[in-house]
Amino acid sequence: MEDTRPLLLEVEDLKTYMFLDEGTVHAVDGASFSVRRGETLGIVGESGCGKSITARSIMRIVRKPGKIVNGKILWHRTPPSPGNLGQTLDLTTLPEQGEEMRNIRGGEIAMVFQEPMSSLSPVHTIGNQIMEVIMLHQKVSKQEAREKTLLMLNQVGMPQPSRIIDRYPHQLSGGMRQRAMIAMALSCHPDLLIADEPTTALDVTTEAQILSLMRRLQEELGMAIMFITHNLGVVAQMTERVIVMYMGRVVEDASVDDLFYDPKHPYTQALLRSIPRMGSKALGEHTRLASIKGTVPDPFNLPKGCPFHPRCEHAMPGICNVIDPGVTQVGPNHTTRCHLYGDPSQVIPLESKTPASSVA
Amino acid sequence: MAKYILKRILYMIPTLFVISIISFAIIQLPPGDFLTSYVATLRQQGEDIDATAIKALEEQYGLNQPIYVQYGKWMRNILLYGDFGLSFEWRRPVKDLIWERIGLTVFISLLTILVTWIISIPAAVYVATHQYSFLDYLISFISFVGLGTPGFLIALVYLWIMLSVFGVNAAGLFSEQYINAPWNWDKIVDMMSRIWAPVLILALDNTAGIIRTVRANLLDELNKPYVETARAKGLKERILIWKYPVRVALNPFFSTVGWTLAALVSGETLVAVVLNIQTSGPLLLRALTSQDMYLAGAFVLLLSALTVLGTLISDILLAIADPRIRLEG
Repeated sequence: MEDTRPLLLEVEDLKTYMFLDEGTVHAVDGASFSVRRGETLGIVGESGCGKSITARSIMRIVRKPGKIVNGKILWHRTPPSPGNLGQTLDLTTLPEQGEEMRNIRGGEIAMVFQEPMSSLSPVHTIGNQIMEVIMLHQKVSKQEAREKTLLMLNQVGMPQPSRIIDRYPHQLSGGMRQRAMIAMALSCHPDLLIADEPTTALDVTTEAQILSLMRRLQEELGMAIMFITHNLGVVAQMTERVIVMYMGRVVEDASVDDLFYDPKHPYTQALLRSIPRMGSKALGEHTRLASIKGTVPDPFNLPKGCPFHPRCEHAMPGICNVIDPGVTQVGPNHTTRCHLYGDPSQVIPLESKTPASSVA
Repeated sequence: MAKYILKRILYMIPTLFVISIISFAIIQLPPGDFLTSYVATLRQQGEDIDATAIKALEEQYGLNQPIYVQYGKWMRNILLYGDFGLSFEWRRPVKDLIWERIGLTVFISLLTILVTWIISIPAAVYVATHQYSFLDYLISFISFVGLGTPGFLIALVYLWIMLSVFGVNAAGLFSEQYINAPWNWDKIVDMMSRIWAPVLILALDNTAGIIRTVRANLLDELNKPYVETARAKGLKERILIWKYPVRVALNPFFSTVGWTLAALVSGETLVAVVLNIQTSGPLLLRALTSQDMYLAGAFVLLLSALTVLGTLISDILLAIADPRIRLEG
């Protein structure tokens, strides 16, 4: 089924490197994906795979020594309509501190962070922090901003918004703080909400509440969501499409059904095998939970070829450890970066260090 | 809040009582008293003084009584009449002596504190947000020198340079012709043209300390997630830095700001002595060295009271600045 929703965000061959004294870390190393308007995209991967840096690159808030060194981040500000091509900006070309980028940041693309404990200022009230973003992006008086804040707090299901608005973060529970964070992010009705592990720090009950809140808000407000998580259960619940990241690159891009029922990349397959299943013991299945062998490679010393090959069960010597696999179409709206699904001699290596023709 | 403040003020009473005993005891600790040294000076000058005269003086100043009686009298006069006793050396009421100098002292101290903050806080914010830049190294270098060099030494170097290079005697707050002149506009202008040097020298010491503390705190705060949240809102970098991390990084500063109250009165004694500034610091120093018991006692008591009061002010400021601080207890 072809998705007809207009594109909202296209990330093309994004590379964000960290220039450290010990060497350069390729935190995001040629990631490409897109988000459509109103879509929920999941980004999964182990810690350190570049999920968060990708999000910060889109927001243009990568801190030194990190820097975007390559790629495009196309932001389709207004969708094309008959007689109108729409407006598209390449966010990587905008000055980080420029007015345009600041308007997009917080106004058109908003972000919810992982730790509701520490992501809110401890010395300002909830109301102060939410009103600030409203007054920054909309021309409203303080009184109007306060009213909008109350409405927003109400919308995220905050109990007693008129009391909470003057409270400080430390006076609220973790779940309430995350609701406040979500209210803050959504208060300017962004087109894209980037949620960076928004429920990782919460207990399971609160997590379920926050997830259902986010689903409800998406129905009401219609924004697209980029849901960054390492929890595949959350992915299954929340998203339509998923990208799997490994060592700063997208190794698989599929609809959520395809990803769970027909995973192609060995890394995705291994990830799925590592989810504990309820009742697997009773069914007499293997009782030891599978794990991915080996560890994430040293970021300063990346393996040659496919970065996953040292851990891969299907690694093909002479190919996987030599040629970096390109993107292969493995189904409708389903791509992966793995030599198992493409003829390696046909693959154009993304980095032309090793020309494909030299491998017989 | 009101209840908390009231409670704290009530706690101050026993604290001050204990302090008054301790300060009186400290003043009495060195062997001998003012009279012994006074008599010794007289004898040195060849004037003989007989035992009856000494006895009479002892009587007059109450020095023949037991210490606790002296203390009791001292406290009673302070509490009932606001009378801090008589300075032996100056033969004048202690109250008048201190009062005379307090205006200039407070003026210089307030100016110093203001200059300290105006220099140190923006400098600290700059070096923290531009870590490892050239200016960071430069300011850090200067502030380490400032930390390591006592103010009186800088004052001496300043006097020497002014005298040897410019041939100017930079000591004192007034040019010669104004020293004994009554206050008028010209005298004020003259003072203002000279006051910046002692103020800058005095400020340098604290500036260095505040820069180091605020820089270290701010470097911690800058990496906190709430700063990233603020950044993700689309705030301008400078606005968000001052509103969020600086605000939190200044908390330790608020918690010590009350102590400057005592410094207002004691001043930087050594610098004031070197620069010959007629503030209360040199007076205190002199009272201590000449065992001018009631003058010194009044100072110690005043300084302690201001420290206690300053701590309370700090606590209140901190409670206002950081809502996480609880006021119970």
